[in-house]
Amino acid sequence: MACFIVPAAEAVITTIAARAAKSKEASSESAKARLDGAEPLEAEKIPFSRKLGWLNKMLWGGSVLLAFEHVWHGEVVPWFPFLTAASNPADAAEMLHEMATVGVLMAVLVTAVWAGMLAVCSVIEKKAQKKEQKEQIEQKEALKKALSAEG
Amino acid sequence: MTLLTAVFAAVICTVIWYKGAPKSEMKVGVLCLMYWGASLMWLVDAVFEYAELHEKYFTPAPADMLNDFYLGLSAVALGLVIWLVILLVKDPKGAVKAALFGKKTD
Repeated sequence: MACFIVPAAEAVITTIAARAAKSKEASSESAKARLDGAEPLEAEKIPFSRKLGWLNKMLWGGSVLLAFEHVWHGEVVPWFPFLTAASNPADAAEMLHEMATVGVLMAVLVTAVWAGMLAVCSVIEKKAQKKEQKEQIEQKEALKKALSAEG
Repeated sequence: MTLLTAVFAAVICTVIWYKGAPKSEMKVGVLCLMYWGASLMWLVDAVFEYAELHEKYFTPAPADMLNDFYLGLSAVALGLVIWLVILLVKDPKGAVKAALFGKKTD
C-alpha cells in the first residue's frame, strides 16, 4: 500500500548523512596530507561517504521502482491524498500496519545487505594494507642488506 | 514474476559492471545498486505474500503472471531511463559537454 515510504525516508536521512560525511572527509584528508607522509595508505581506503552512497543508491532505486509498482496497482495517485488507502480510516490503519511491518523490514534488509558489503570491503582493505606494509618492510630489509654488503 | 525480472536485471547489470571494473565510465554500478535495492524490497514483499498464500504463491493465474511480468519489464525500463538521465547529467566521458561545445562553435 505504501511500504516504499519507509525505505524512502531512510534514503533521505542517509543522503544527508553522506553529504555531511563527504564534507568532513575533505577537510580531514587535507589536514593529514600536511602533517605526515603516511597518507598513501590512508588514501587507498574507500571513503565512508562513498560507502554510504551505495546504501543511498539501493534505497532510492528500490523506493522509486516500488513507488512505480504502487502507481501501477492504483495505490498511489497523482491527486490528494496521493495514497488511495489514506482516503478512509480502515484502509489507513491497514496501510500503517503494512508500513510498520513490510516497509520496516525492507529498510532493515537493504541496510543489512549494505552492512555485509562494508564487512567484506573492510576485510579486503585490511588485507591490502597488510600486504603493502609487508612489502615495505621487505624493501627496507633488502636495502639494509645491500648497504651492509657494500660497507 | 516482478521479483524474478528485477533479480535477472540486477544479475545481468552486475556481470556487465564486473566486465568493465574498476573503470566506471558508464556508471553501471548505479544501475546495479538500484536493481539490487528493488530486488531486496520485492523479496520482502514476496516473503509476506508467501506467508499469506502459502503454496498458492507458486501457482499464480496466467493472467496475473503476465501482468506481473509486464510490470517487472516496465520497472526495469524505468530503471534504465533513470540511469540514462544520471549518465547524461554526470557525463563522466565529457561527451555531452563536447557535443554542446561543438555545436556552439559551429
